[in-house]
Amino acid sequence: MNRTVGVLALQGAYQKHVDCLSRLGVDTLLIRKASELDQCDGLIIPGGESTTMSLLIQESGMYEPLRDFAQVKPVMGVCAGMIMMSASVDDQRVKPLQIMPFRALRNHYGRQVHSFSADITLDFDADGDTFHAHFIRAPGVETLANGIEVLATCNDESVMIGDGGHIALSFHPELTDDARIHAYWLSNINV
Amino acid sequence: MVEKSQTMNDRSDNTQNNFDVNVGLAEMLKGGAIMDVTTAEQAKIAEDAGACAVMALERIPADIRRDGGVARMSDPDMIQEIKDTVSIPVMAKCRIGHFAEAQVLQALEIDFIDESEVLTPADEANHIYKHEFKVPFVCGATNLGEALRRIGEGAAMMRTKGEAGSGNIVEAVRHMRALQDEMKRLTTLGKEQLMSVAKDLGAPYDLVCYVAEHGRLPVPNFSAGGIATPADAALVRQLGAEAVFVGSGIFKSDDPAARAAAIVKATTHFDDPEILLQVSRGLRPGMKGLEMSEIPEQERLAVRGW
Repeated sequence: MNRTVGVLALQGAYQKHVDCLSRLGVDTLLIRKASELDQCDGLIIPGGESTTMSLLIQESGMYEPLRDFAQVKPVMGVCAGMIMMSASVDDQRVKPLQIMPFRALRNHYGRQVHSFSADITLDFDADGDTFHAHFIRAPGVETLANGIEVLATCNDESVMIGDGGHIALSFHPELTDDARIHAYWLSNINV
Repeated sequence: MVEKSQTMNDRSDNTQNNFDVNVGLAEMLKGGAIMDVTTAEQAKIAEDAGACAVMALERIPADIRRDGGVARMSDPDMIQEIKDTVSIPVMAKCRIGHFAEAQVLQALEIDFIDESEVLTPADEANHIYKHEFKVPFVCGATNLGEALRRIGEGAAMMRTKGEAGSGNIVEAVRHMRALQDEMKRLTTLGKEQLMSVAKDLGAPYDLVCYVAEHGRLPVPNFSAGGIATPADAALVRQLGAEAVFVGSGIFKSDDPAARAAAIVKATTHFDDPEILLQVSRGLRPGMKGLEMSEIPEQERLAVRGW
């Protein structure tokens, strides 16, 4: 049976994730309503603006449905999506979904003039090539609880974390042609 | 000067990375509404309504149009106050070709510079060479040739021009359709025809080839100018705009907060008429707006740019 991965499409870089998943031969569905989650085996929360996304999640009646979904299905969050997956955020303007036990720091690396690219090692592919990671007004990770695994670091900071089915990233795997991270997440979730 | 030459060295090593990261920020703004604001209070209203970015400027286009005179880059203190108030990206405008204003905005750590026809042009032949900057630029275009020239100079985002400050969507529609039609046409042509197209458009050949292959611009394309209602936002989204800029339409209306929130939702749910109906209800009157025949040719902003 073909698996279907939903991509939350309220705001942000959702189309880039659809393109990436399509290259891996995975069916995708843009999600703008809670009822559409029923058809998904997993979900990506893309990058975008976390204040905008947080507001639209609440006003579209998706806050509880997304939390319920994450209880039983895998979720990958990127940048603003990482912030949405956190247990707490250093900014009252965002109400996170509390999917993973870590604290997110908004715009941890500063404004756009400080955005950067770096070649980082992926712990799950330590012998493979480095991954060309784009950090765009990227968030940071502050505290880690037990059960959270660091999957990649950059300058000694955690930039990719996971707890099995869920993973969260500070950088943007969808903006490169390198699909290893999407493939890794898919391989982990056994759907 | 030391600081500048260091930046130059970084760039020579990293021009492509820098461009990728800047186009990446444009990708993050997709599906959102970017709102013109003139004060910190307005910026707060925009952020609370769900704007994905704000454009800080001293006068919104409708007032620039009314007041006349030379329109320049805004006061840095006013931009700073807005930067300090909101957490979303802050954009600001410089005049066409005025690279010194752009240098000032970069030093101010603005997240996106709009080289904008809404301000009075500083150079009637040349736009800014945008690859020399670390921060991204957005530029306007009325057709494919103009869009590709701006991307060739380093623009990380395009916006098809409507008529700013008019509250009238007709020019935005005209130019979005013109751009989409031209792109579609290129996808039907043979490779041997593309150099001739590049010559006719006055556009870089490699970018013409990109459009012919992919049927879209190599950077995100948003719509700006004349958007005054949730339905306007939905219209340009359905015509192919990946996000919207809303200028005078919000803060020239009778209830900016409600209208801003409605336009944000309409931009997200642009193809869902039930939601569009719901968010279009209960709004107080929008800006009055201008019929195009009321705007003399020499006062039209969309024609600026070369």
